[in-house]
Amino acid sequence: MTTAQAPSSHGTDRLVDYDELLTRYEPVIGLETHVELGTASKMFCGCATTFGAEPNTQTCPVCLGLPGSLPVANAAAIEATIRIGLALGCRIASWCRFARKNYFYPDIPKGFQTSQYDEPLCTAGHLDVEVDGETYRVEIERVHLEEDTGKNLHVGGATGRIHGASHSLVDFNRAGIPLVEIVTRPVPGAGAKAPEVARAYVTELRDIIQTLGASDVRMEQGSLRCDVNTSLAPVGSLEWGTRTETKNVNSLRSVERAVRYEMRRQAAVLDAGGRVLQETRHFHEDSGSTSPGRSKEEATDYRYFPEPDLVPVAPDAEWVEKLAAELPELPAARRARLQEEWGLSATEMAWLVNAGALGLVDATVAAGATPADARKWWLGELARRANDAGMELGELAVTPRQVAELTRLVAEGTVNDQLARQALDGVLAGEGDPAQVVEARGLAVMGESDELVAAVEAAIAGAPDVVAKVRGGKVQALGALVGAVMKATRGKADAATVKRMLEERVVGS
Amino acid sequence: MSTPMDTDLTTLDAAELGRRLAAGETSSVELTQAYLDRIAAQDDVLGAYLHVDAEAALARAAEVDVARAEGEELGSLAGLPVALKDVFVTQGVPTTSGSKILEGWRPPYDATVAARLKAAGTVLLGKTNMDEFAMGSSTENSAYRPTRNPWDPDRIPGGSSGGSSTAVAGGLAPWALGTDTGGSIRQPAAMTGLVGHKPTYGGVSRYGLIAFSSSLDQAGPMARTVLDAAVLHEAIGGHDRCDSTSIDAPAPVLTKAVREGARGELAGLRVGVVRELGGDGHAEGYDAGVLERVRETVELLAGMGAEVREVSCPAFDLALPAYYLIAPSEASSNLARFEGMRFGLRVGDDGSRSLEEVMSLTREQGFGPEVKRRIVLGTYALSAGYYDAYYGQAQKVRTLITRDFTAAFDDVDVLVSPTSPTVAWPIGARVDDPLAMYAADLCTLPASLAGLPAISVPCGLSEGLPVGFQVMAPALADDRCYRVAAAVEAALDAARGSRFLDQLTDRTEAPA
Repeated sequence: MTTAQAPSSHGTDRLVDYDELLTRYEPVIGLETHVELGTASKMFCGCATTFGAEPNTQTCPVCLGLPGSLPVANAAAIEATIRIGLALGCRIASWCRFARKNYFYPDIPKGFQTSQYDEPLCTAGHLDVEVDGETYRVEIERVHLEEDTGKNLHVGGATGRIHGASHSLVDFNRAGIPLVEIVTRPVPGAGAKAPEVARAYVTELRDIIQTLGASDVRMEQGSLRCDVNTSLAPVGSLEWGTRTETKNVNSLRSVERAVRYEMRRQAAVLDAGGRVLQETRHFHEDSGSTSPGRSKEEATDYRYFPEPDLVPVAPDAEWVEKLAAELPELPAARRARLQEEWGLSATEMAWLVNAGALGLVDATVAAGATPADARKWWLGELARRANDAGMELGELAVTPRQVAELTRLVAEGTVNDQLARQALDGVLAGEGDPAQVVEARGLAVMGESDELVAAVEAAIAGAPDVVAKVRGGKVQALGALVGAVMKATRGKADAATVKRMLEERVVGS
Repeated sequence: MSTPMDTDLTTLDAAELGRRLAAGETSSVELTQAYLDRIAAQDDVLGAYLHVDAEAALARAAEVDVARAEGEELGSLAGLPVALKDVFVTQGVPTTSGSKILEGWRPPYDATVAARLKAAGTVLLGKTNMDEFAMGSSTENSAYRPTRNPWDPDRIPGGSSGGSSTAVAGGLAPWALGTDTGGSIRQPAAMTGLVGHKPTYGGVSRYGLIAFSSSLDQAGPMARTVLDAAVLHEAIGGHDRCDSTSIDAPAPVLTKAVREGARGELAGLRVGVVRELGGDGHAEGYDAGVLERVRETVELLAGMGAEVREVSCPAFDLALPAYYLIAPSEASSNLARFEGMRFGLRVGDDGSRSLEEVMSLTREQGFGPEVKRRIVLGTYALSAGYYDAYYGQAQKVRTLITRDFTAAFDDVDVLVSPTSPTVAWPIGARVDDPLAMYAADLCTLPASLAGLPAISVPCGLSEGLPVGFQVMAPALADDRCYRVAAAVEAALDAARGSRFLDQLTDRTEAPA
């Protein structure tokens, strides 16, 4: 069959300069985040949830919505949702129900999505995020549990989007995967920082959920998806403006860009005396722009009603207390603790966090490195290499344990900094742990061996003029001899040792 | 092996057939063939079945006979044929729920009750006719054909489980499963002279039952005798982890209650006669003959030592409107999955039409008028701005009805009433008047809305047609329904000197 089309031109919006718009408008943002839980089975059946399996191989009568099938709620998913709610300081409902959200679309097999409506599992929480030393409180309206939809594959078009496709296929592997929706209250007052606050919120939320082990929260695989609401109101206005909801925001950077773009676009609309439409918009990664999707003004009536096929969820208060007590240390608390333990300034800590190195440094310290050494490696040499390779720090082929071993080898004097960098080359090339690389590549610093003595004596013999200068009182000329020895030993000698040996022979004798 | 010449196997009850099978007096193949022969001879007229696979049934029967001959351990119902309402999904066997929209669909899995009957060793004769998606009280809403009442082929057999009721009453199956949402087991049982029981909500798994109204649907037995119904109920009942709403309690023990009831052990039993269901000031629309039979049956119970009193349940008057908001609301959502994309009918997919057009055409052509009526009604009742006034309000009425029951059961052990205000009506008499059709469920709706067990047992004839007597009990007290029904059955059989359905056999077998 042909598919309904949603053509759009994008990237042609008129935009107002960002700094200029802030003189006239105040932004309000809001975020709806969907997180696919990492449970072994789906929300309402026993099917597996592995990402990337052959289409429609992880299905059964229940997640295909076959006539007669019935859902059974996944207790692990309920537990994970409650833990997320607790981590966000939410109130946990003592009794709540699932609800049916009724609408037709080929990727929802039952003709309704089993979700929650007016009785969410968690309500009234908050998350504090920091941007440039300022703390912004993001209020959490609700955290609820629902099921994911299937995935439409539009075939025959140029873009893979529905527009221009000849037909569509549906993969139901994703249908029924537990999905947690986290909805913020509107966040006013962030001003120019609104885009960064949005990004910081999603980052912090991602880190919390990762810390809880509730999901792998990978935006590029869609296990964390974000809808960003943006509105503008004239400065000083008591009422907020009309919001747009931007979907398809698939990276942290895109969250920031989407808010910024919408602010600039809406400012242009308002400047021209126009009206911002309450609508869903799509973010385009390539152009950094948004384009209109389905208009909310003709929105479907979802006809929510309590799901009669499921029994109410009534978490036992004692059990919830136990879950709260057993929460792991959350990112904010951990940052505060580490900053204290490592004696860092707020700025130093912010660098570490922004570089995505906090966890790596912590693990490196746990593996035996000093905090200073661990920071030096991750923010220095390793950050450089990640940057050169266009990778995230965590994607480098070196573990915190291996980095700790490198710092130990340096501290023990087995290698110097230059040799340690060569050892790192070997580690990254898959040659094994640092000590193995040092051994295999012969990178250890030379002791006062015959080889080093010979090199020292050769340097003295080869530079009688320098020797004469030194003996004539220009002690700093010794540096040239040290350099010659280091060169001859290809950096394997310890510079201090070499200097002492030269002094003994040139000055001392 | 031979059958005594004087008995037609298809006039016997399942307990007797089971005895004969165990004793080696008949075989499952012989038995199955007897029903298949009768289906072949009668079903063109009666229209009880939507699907019969004689070959598969005989193969299955032969399998059980071989197992028995080889001394293998057999299921409790080994070799006994059974019919299933077409609302239950059956693996590899066409399942339509009486609708064109599912024509040709062969489900890839078995309903829990179908699997349990299979495991018990039964032989599936076929799938029985029904009102489309169980929406109806006469089986005239089947998308395929109407079913006729064996007592009078010009009359309806009740509904929506009318295919099952006609199959059992007409000797086209020894027993059958039906489903009851607002009376769809009890009312057709009453119309055809059967015993039909709607279990406590959650007592029997709904997994694999094509949903009409999820909070009301229950599967249950339809049989020639109270004992048969209890045996069939025991075979399908009990917790199922595939159905969240199934009650996690031990499987019901019912046959014991039947035996006790049949001995007339009712001393001390407190029986409440519901005024709102045919009593003083509430008799409008009830057949005089129906009320007379019910009154006689109440007297019969009193004669066996029961303490009888009248009980008032005022909220029952609101059951009909509440039901006709709740059931269509849930149905409008349950039936959304029938959009032609993954199974059954697909209309208009010729490459020129949009997804929405194909979905609309499929639903337009696939659903019958009553189904559409209820989808529209339910969609409206759930709409923004109307939810509180309709669906929300109906749920409150439901609570009131439950409270009336709770209060009544403080004083009595069971409540009784007619099962249906009238006897079976002529085919076509109510098709143009949905409200008259809906009124057929007046007596059965309260127990449905409260999720309580209720049984219908034959209590005599009116105008030559069967009248049903309803016994309602508190949740999980299904055994009380069976006990009282067995007492009624035994007393009436003794007075008559024959089984209730023998009256039908005598009539249809008699020379014209």
